[in-house]
Formats: sequence, structure tokens, C-alpha cells
Amino acid sequence: MNIHEYQTKDLLKGYGVPVPQGKVAHTDANAATAAEDIGGERWVVKAQIHAGGRGKGGGVKVAESVDQVRQYADQMIGSSLVTPQTGPEGRLVHRVLVEEASSIVKEFYLGLVIDRATQRITVIASDSGGMEIEEVARKNPERVVREVIDPAVGMQDFQCRKTAARIGLTGKQMSGAVKMMKALYRCFRDKDALLAEINPLALVEDGSLVAVDAKMSFDGNALYKQSDITELRDFDEEDPKEVEATGHGLNYIALDGDVGCIVNGAGLAMATMDAISFHGGKPANFLDVGGGASPEKVGNAFRIVLQDDNVKIILVNIFAGINRCDWIAEGLVQAMKDLDINVPIVVRLAGTNVEQGREILKSSGFPFIMAGNLDDAATRVVDKLKGATP
Amino acid sequence: MSILIDAETRVICQGFTGRQGSFHSSQALEYGTRVVGGVTPGKGGQEHLGLPVFDTVRDAVQGTGADASMIYVPAPFAADAILEAAAAGIRTIACITEGIPVLDMLQVKAALQGSEVNLVGPNCPGVITPGGCKLGIMPGAIHRPGSVGIVSRSGTLTYEAVHQTTKCGLGQSTCVGIGGDPVHGMSFIDCLSLFEEDPQTRGMILVGEIGGNAEEEAAEYIRCCVKKPVVAYIAGITAPAGKRMGHAGAIISAGKGSAKGKIAVLNSGGVEVVRSPAEMGACIQSALGTS
Repeated sequence: MNIHEYQTKDLLKGYGVPVPQGKVAHTDANAATAAEDIGGERWVVKAQIHAGGRGKGGGVKVAESVDQVRQYADQMIGSSLVTPQTGPEGRLVHRVLVEEASSIVKEFYLGLVIDRATQRITVIASDSGGMEIEEVARKNPERVVREVIDPAVGMQDFQCRKTAARIGLTGKQMSGAVKMMKALYRCFRDKDALLAEINPLALVEDGSLVAVDAKMSFDGNALYKQSDITELRDFDEEDPKEVEATGHGLNYIALDGDVGCIVNGAGLAMATMDAISFHGGKPANFLDVGGGASPEKVGNAFRIVLQDDNVKIILVNIFAGINRCDWIAEGLVQAMKDLDINVPIVVRLAGTNVEQGREILKSSGFPFIMAGNLDDAATRVVDKLKGATP
Repeated sequence: MSILIDAETRVICQGFTGRQGSFHSSQALEYGTRVVGGVTPGKGGQEHLGLPVFDTVRDAVQGTGADASMIYVPAPFAADAILEAAAAGIRTIACITEGIPVLDMLQVKAALQGSEVNLVGPNCPGVITPGGCKLGIMPGAIHRPGSVGIVSRSGTLTYEAVHQTTKCGLGQSTCVGIGGDPVHGMSFIDCLSLFEEDPQTRGMILVGEIGGNAEEEAAEYIRCCVKKPVVAYIAGITAPAGKRMGHAGAIISAGKGSAKGKIAVLNSGGVEVVRSPAEMGACIQSALGTS
């Protein structure tokens, strides 16, 4: 689960990470008042959306006057911000963060991730801040330093000093860097984060270190013990179909094709998308109804897939393990009766009670297109689409 | 022979009297698994499915001589359950529970380092040695004792591989679903090395998916240390970057963990990678010959 920049900064500030003085505003008038309250002569107005790359899309502006703050806030709030991460439709901006502008001398990168290779929390740091760390790692891998944290003893001071020294934060800056790393680690552990990034971590004119931008994402599986983080969730930033699916215990991700997919198991769902693409089609979604798909879940899956107007055909691929094909088939027939489904449906069933399942579909009177295996199912889907749109 | 578990394995279930634990324990019993009891804290001394219930894993081990455990306790308590089993001397632990917080697993992983415990999962179908022992939620009926070792990150795709190797008559020595979480127990390499040593196993099927670098590491290991034929399938070649595909582990980030990259590395390690999961059975059959 992701949160906004201003929320991340609030959280980190509570752990002792220095952040620029700032206020969030939902209107241009509020933004102007915020600038006046903060004081000074230069401010940064930053659109608050979850996607990165905001600067490139015009979502980060430096204002030289309160009027300019108002003007930038007016431009951003209520408009769609397109960044390299939002897709062409962009993301609607509901609020901006107004901050004092920092006088940056040099920019660094500081991050905490869970490294899969070591299966441990790892510090990533670089003296090339302000750009994507992936890009730095690709172009100048020698400028990215890593330090693995032993979960039994936690982050040690010496590891922070070593990391700071390796990115050139020595002398007076070293103790500030150590404090910042330890605060970030404490927050990461306390809140069950999966990622915490300060980028840029700025060395400013008075010689101190400030988190000019910050991003955190949290483990959805740990939200049951993190009620304060759960409250920060912004549903406006999520696909409504994905939110609804989660509520039904389904895992749905919208894609841009026209073949709706209903599959049990994440791996099989990906394999189904792959097969459709291989045979020349384009999947409209990833949808995992779970290993133990019930007829109710299948019905809900149909509802969600059909909300996507691009869907011209649906492929149902179920390998019944612990559940049974006859049970799934009854769910399919029920969905056909309950819903107004006017797209063709290709069904591939395998596993427990497959014969009974097929029989139920055949005798239902609905025109299910039956397929033998996954390749066969994908071929039938693509052929049917070609036939429908010559 | 087989790996990890066989007909002699004495199995307990943690979360025994719960809905999942009850259902899958009775399925395991029906399959012929030597389930010898179970654990539900607070219900020690009772009987469930005709078997004794214990308060702690330690009591269960002392009372039954159990050496394997399958865990169905809810996610908030699952990390504790794994550590309890390990502390009580259980050697093979299959944790079926999905949705365990990553940082909980990080602690478990660190605590188990250097121990002789084989942890399978979490968020996995478990382990089965066909005809001998079913330690998990996989449908027993599709399996058949035989010569192919299967190791997979995905549940239902494992069933595809099982189904096909059963249909073509090869059968399976042991099938291990290692799970789709970013921090988990046994790796592809751990399983491949056991299969390489196992005389019953003649060849292996590896089912991977996008995310992480476990498949790349497996490819490197196969190149150096595996002589038996290995067939692989990697799911997610068309998955968009930055989106998490169901499993917490299945995500392509910063251009890493893509299916194309994994397939290329596996190919260069001498592994035949099939482009469709429907071809796994036929491919391992031709690699092993029809004899």
C-alpha cells in the first residue's frame, strides 16, 4: 500500500527525520495561506499523487511569490497530471504540498528495501540523488552502495557510518546521516514497510541534511496491526475495480486488452495471459479467484470483468484442486442466469470432477465454448475474436 | 525413494481443529498419510478426527514421534507456529498459510539459518510424495508415483505439471510448491539438489514466474551441479512492469525479474524452457526418452 509524499514526511518527521516546513492544501486559496504561514521568499508547490516522475509532468513548481503559489496550485488542483508512471490518462490531482524551498548544495539517495537475494533489509545509498536509483544503478553501478542489515541485531551505528562515508557524507554531516538512517530503519520496522526512500536527501546551505522528497510503501498483509497506516490509504489513487475485487477476496489487475480472464491461481492466471498473447490476443485483465474458488467468487469475478467495456470475450480457466469442477460449473451457469452476459465465453476446466463439470455446462443450454487445454482455449478465444471482427 | 517426506513420515497439523486444518487433515488421512495428531493451543487432551490434540508442538512430538508438520494457522500467528515447530525438533515444515507479513518471515528466516529444518512455503500448496505422504492442500488424485521431481513457485501451475506427467505415464517422485512470497523457506536450488541425489527422480520440472532472481540462481546451479534433465516454464512473459501479479513476489521492477530474462538465463544453463505450460509433460517425456 502506497501513501502520499506529505503523509510520508509527517510520519518520518515523527521519527526525527528533518523535512522541509510544509503544509498540504486542497484549494489555491489554502495554498496561498499555507505559503504565508510558512514564510520566506521561495516555495515549492508539489502535486500529491502516488505516481513518481511528477517533476517531468509539471507537478513540481518553484514559486517566487505567494501569488505564484496560488497560481501553480490552481493549475494543479483538479487537473490530470501525466507522468512517465501514470499512463497517458494521467492522475487527477486533489491536493498539493506547499513547502519552503531548500537551498540545496548536493543531492544524495537513501533507501531501505527488502532484498530478495539475501532476504534481508538492505540500505541502498548513493551520492547521485534526485534521479531514479534504478537509472543510477544501470549507468553508474559503482555509485550505488549497499549495506545488509542482520534482523537479529538490527541496524548498527557502524553500518550507518560506513554507508555515510562511502557516499561522501563525512565530518559534520556524518552524525546527521547516521541519525537519519536509524530513524528511517526504525520507521520501516515499526510500520511494516516494504520500501522507504528519501530522494533527494539534500545537503543544504547551512550544512544540515533534509529529506526533500520521501516515499514509502507498506505491506498489505501487515495492515491488520498498523491501523494508523491503514487510515492513510487513498482510494482515489486506486482502480475502483481493483478495490472492489479485493473486497470480494479476488485479485484483479486491469490491463488494456479485450479478453477478460477468470482464472484460479496467480501463476495460472499469468500463464493464461501469456497464452492469449502468444496466440495473438490481448488480455483485458489479470484475475485470480484464488485456489479454492467458490461459485459466489466466480459470479463476482464475472461482474468485475464485465465492468470493463473493452471486454469482447471471456476466458475461464480453472484447474480444480481441492474444489470441484462441477461446483465451478454450477457457479458459471448461475452467473449466466443472474447477469446480462452478451460476450462469448470460452471455458477450460481440468482436475477434480471435470467430466461432471463439462456435462453441467453442456446441458445448461448456454453457448459455452469448451476447450481442452490452455493452448486450445487461447486459440479458440483468438479465432472467435477474429470471426467477430473480420 | 523420494525427497523430504515418504510413507514413513509422521505428520502433525498445526491449526488442527480449525476449518482449513480439519479439512486438509482429513484429506491427507484419506490419501493414506500417517497423520498422527495435531496442535491447537487450549484444546490439548481432546480428540479430533480420531486423533489426539495437543496444546504445544513439543507435546505433540513427545506424544506421537512426529517429524513433519503442516501449518494452517491464520497469518498473524503463522510465523510463531513455524518457529514453534522448528524449536520442537520438526524437520520438515510446510506452511500453507498465505498473507504472512514479510517482516515476520524475515525474522523466521534469520532464526532458521544454520538449522536443519526444511521449511516449505509459506503461501504454497505444500509437498507431496505420491502414494506415500500428502503434506498440503494439493488434490491427491491427480498424482501418481513415478520419476519426475517437480518444484514450483505457483500452486495451480504445479497441478498442471502433475496432471501432464501423470497422463503421459511418468508420474512424480515428489512435488514441492515453494510458494510465491518474496521471503520464503526452501529455494529452487535446495529442491533441485535433493532431486539430483534422489535415485527415484530421473528428471525435474521447474515452474517459475516473474519477480526476484531465484530462477536465475537456479539456472547457474543447474549449469554447475545438475546432470539430470530439467524442463522449465516461466509464467508472466506478458505481465506489465510495476504491477504485482497476485503473489507478493511476482512483480517486475526496474527491468529486473522479467520472464524473458529468466528464460534466456535458463536456456544458457542448458534448461529447455517450454513456451506454454501445456507442453511441460511432453517436453520432460522427450528429455527422458520413452523407456
